[in-house]
Amino acid sequence: MATGETTGETTGETTGATMGAAPYLFHRHALAVRVTHWINALAIVFMIGTGFNIFNAHPGLYWGQYGAEDDDAKRWLEIGSADTPQGVAYGFVRIGSLTVRTTGVLGISSGGNGQPQAIAYPAWSTIPSGRDLATARNFHFFFAWVLIINGLVYLGYSLATGHLRKDLLPRLKELRPANIGHDIIQHAKLKFPRGEAAKRYHILQKLAYGGVVLVIIPLVIFTGLGMSPGTNAAWPWLLDVFGGRASSRSLHWVAANLIILFIIVHLAMVVLAGPYNEIRSMITGKFRVDPEVTK
Amino acid sequence: MTILTRPMLSRRGLIGFGGAAAGGLLLSGCDAVVRNQKLKAIVQSSEAATQRWQRLIGRNGLAQEFSAADMSPIFKVNGTQEPMEPEYQAHKAEDFANWKLAIAGLVNKPLDLSLAQLRSMPARTQITRHDCVEGWSAIGQWTGPLLGSVLKAADMKTNARYVVFRCADNYGGELSKGGAQSTSIYYESIDLVDAFHPQTILAHSMNGGPLSVGHGAPVRLRVERQLGYKQAKYIMGIDVVSSLAGYGSGQGGYWEDRGYEWYAGI
Repeated sequence: MATGETTGETTGETTGATMGAAPYLFHRHALAVRVTHWINALAIVFMIGTGFNIFNAHPGLYWGQYGAEDDDAKRWLEIGSADTPQGVAYGFVRIGSLTVRTTGVLGISSGGNGQPQAIAYPAWSTIPSGRDLATARNFHFFFAWVLIINGLVYLGYSLATGHLRKDLLPRLKELRPANIGHDIIQHAKLKFPRGEAAKRYHILQKLAYGGVVLVIIPLVIFTGLGMSPGTNAAWPWLLDVFGGRASSRSLHWVAANLIILFIIVHLAMVVLAGPYNEIRSMITGKFRVDPEVTK
Repeated sequence: MTILTRPMLSRRGLIGFGGAAAGGLLLSGCDAVVRNQKLKAIVQSSEAATQRWQRLIGRNGLAQEFSAADMSPIFKVNGTQEPMEPEYQAHKAEDFANWKLAIAGLVNKPLDLSLAQLRSMPARTQITRHDCVEGWSAIGQWTGPLLGSVLKAADMKTNARYVVFRCADNYGGELSKGGAQSTSIYYESIDLVDAFHPQTILAHSMNGGPLSVGHGAPVRLRVERQLGYKQAKYIMGIDVVSSLAGYGSGQGGYWEDRGYEWYAGI
């Protein structure tokens, strides 16, 4: 972010009489932020795709120290398939006592050959596509190292330069309900900041980015390690925190879903706010600031 | 409007088109990536990093042990339910009275231990969690002598590096993935750090009774800091070796020959 170094070079020419100033390019994202963002994006795409594939090997989640097919009382989520009394196969997601039919997407979906396939996450969403636990695990753990090392580089940079404190941590006054409410309304109206306000993150961005970087990604890493028997022996406190290996696996899935939710909203906001300007700012660092509308 | 925005309209269109195309190509692209053999070798090198890291943070760490109240009501039988090979069936018919566990390879005193001899050795009982690579886990109680004690009795040679467990079960399936030299007979291997770990035992009893056929009678390995596929069932022989090259495709185990990690601490 490097907000300190405002290199606001004016590149446009003023032609419109209604605007007080021309749009100009502002150096918004520092090189380290841009590089770690894209490495992180790549790692997370692979982590999610291979994670779906790994989940498909045992599509149920339990709460507690253990959990397997026969432990119905401990199972709180299941993605599977069954037959109606008429003998028609359907896919379902069961959470607690609530069952939702999801034929076509979850439980039963179209396989590589176009035929219906009984599989939790559809083949098109998994890496590799279709069942391959061994390869999925190889890639999952490789990109776990990428994610962790890249995350440490990002954190080190952000702490050293103050990026974290200056740009991501919300100020106390920003957390006032009125400010958050105002920001939500502006978003609902698809009104994005202009002028000076466009140069820094508003409160919803701070909460979303800060939440992902400082809470959800660390949570997904530590719950992942909570499933590792080798790590469990070295760091017994991990499962004391998460309440057992089956619980850790459940929380890993929840955290991964929060990341997926973040990605959906993040990409939607990029498109709505102007994908060219947003994507360019994360590649070259340059962000076009539009002047405030003066009436 | 400024002239700055004009060319951007078309560029914006390009990005939209590029985005859609990239989305479509992404998944087939990911498949191409994971099938690339050179890349696969790089990716698999992270297994060594994981092993080194886990040894660094807890070379002598102990797996959590539970109380009897924590045990799974039903401990799932996984993998081979019962080896149908004639040799195993003959032993089973005799209740393993003439079964002998051969400890051979790089040892100065090869051993041939009967089940009665193994049962008379000082045993360790531990209630531990079994973690299957698929994602489920179960807690059970295991009893048996330390593998380390057996290996000490056999007096290993100094060039010993691995302990290989030869099993009775012909697991069959997925032979094609294992390559030309692969065997369908189950086998496993661990290094000496895990072999001499104080919780690594040759379990002859489970949940207070003799080990059932489903769970690996007469003896199975418990190496508690690793996944389920390392817990070799139906052990017929133990080889102390300096290299894993002579077994299957050389990856150190039935599932390892089929792409799974040899170091299964994660």
